[in-house]
Amino acid sequence: MNYSCTRYELKCNECGKRFGNQPLSACPDCLAPLEVVYDLEAVRGVFTREAIAAGPANIWRYAALLPIPEGFQPDLPVGFTPLVKATNLGKRIGATNLYVKNDAVCFPTLSFKDRVVSIALANARRFGFETVGASSTGNLANSVAAQAARLGLKACILVPADLEPAKILNTQVYGARLVRIDGNYDHVNRLCTLIADEYNWGFVNVNLRPYYAEGSKTVGYEIAEQLGWRLPDNVVVPMAGGSLIRKIRKAFQELVYLGLVEDKPVRFFGAQATGCSPISTAVKQGTDDIEPQRPNTIARSLAIGNPADGPAAAKMIRDSGGWAEDVSDIEIVSGMQELAETEGIFTETAGGVTTAVTARLYAHGRISPDELTVTCITGNGLKTTDALAGQYREERAVRPRLADFDVYLRELDGIAEPELAAAGEN
Amino acid sequence: MSIKVSLPTAFTRHTDGRKQFDSAAENLPGLLADIDQTFPALGTQIKGEDGKLRRFINIYVNDEDIRFLGGETYAFQDGDEVMLIPSIAGGTD
Repeated sequence: MNYSCTRYELKCNECGKRFGNQPLSACPDCLAPLEVVYDLEAVRGVFTREAIAAGPANIWRYAALLPIPEGFQPDLPVGFTPLVKATNLGKRIGATNLYVKNDAVCFPTLSFKDRVVSIALANARRFGFETVGASSTGNLANSVAAQAARLGLKACILVPADLEPAKILNTQVYGARLVRIDGNYDHVNRLCTLIADEYNWGFVNVNLRPYYAEGSKTVGYEIAEQLGWRLPDNVVVPMAGGSLIRKIRKAFQELVYLGLVEDKPVRFFGAQATGCSPISTAVKQGTDDIEPQRPNTIARSLAIGNPADGPAAAKMIRDSGGWAEDVSDIEIVSGMQELAETEGIFTETAGGVTTAVTARLYAHGRISPDELTVTCITGNGLKTTDALAGQYREERAVRPRLADFDVYLRELDGIAEPELAAAGEN
Repeated sequence: MSIKVSLPTAFTRHTDGRKQFDSAAENLPGLLADIDQTFPALGTQIKGEDGKLRRFINIYVNDEDIRFLGGETYAFQDGDEVMLIPSIAGGTD
């Protein structure tokens, strides 16, 4: 069940042994995670600014540095999401050079998981799997279900039983088999590891994980290209398993190596919810040892208490001169509202985490106002509307008459004015 | 007193294909010593050069991460099901 390819192959991060291409995620000898490595010299002259600009307006413009089996014809326009200058948010939090990478509108299922799943499923098909699966906190489930449907693969997806209803519905609608597990994500994940060991299924984040994880690099390529082929000073990234933040750095390093961007130090900042903060805790304590936590946060998509890439992420963040922060559930909701009110971007709870952490990094002086900073929004607010329950009153209905409307508006303002006056007196 | 130990397929090349075995170990250090004795090649694989358990292995007791139970100080109970699993998977959003 392996295939040969000269452009890329699996390699052990710890002992350096190479394994060709096969559905395998851990080194059989030292058990460390495997990673896809490329023959970068082979793509020099192929992976150029011009060639990329001539490619399609989606992640496949970077196909030369993605582990896509020969002969696979990608047809979904995944990625290439907007990078927008966040002037209004910047004014609120004291930033003058802030950008938002908006994967809340990633195609087809509105999260950055569409990037990784498209790479994983290309390989699932090449390896001959008929059934694909995932352990998921929601976004991954949505994306695997949708893209498996498109490719004609069967999908079986395992999620924690308490997942948001929208994320469950957004998986079932594609015809995927969804299994709710009585436990948290770490329980689900462990079960999937056991299933992958027994069943001949392609689990995107278990035995296909090295390929899957490479899809995250496209966030980094896009940021650099959309900034006019230059690297930012800082990147703020939400952390669940700790993979995305490392892959953005890998993308930047590849671009530097191949001469597409000028080398410069980029600092990486990780964002977590306080209710599940094993990586940010490790960063703050100056250690690579991750103490597992039992997650308790509304940011369920980041609720991984025992993150596999945590040690490597913590080390990378500190080596880059960056930092990690975590924020409370109240701050997460405020972060969601703040991003929506200032930039018109409705993100899910994970994006509330990232926005609130970004604000804190400026407030604490860890990021200077004028530094070119990109904050990564990875999911859409429509999937976690329950986080905003009770935040907005349902107003009374108004009769369809101008006079009634007039009275109603005055009524609303009338409520607001005394409050303002009272606040002014204090 | 006896506990049931389960292994992933990746480890069975060191155990003559066995995925499960019983142990009379009283705690985690005892179990590692038992593995060294019974399956020396497995003992070498799951420990680093420093003699400690590799950080890429997670140990669960009855579905709970042993680190939540006190780690090396946890005293195995009769009938405990102990699982060794590489921490290969992890990230999702």
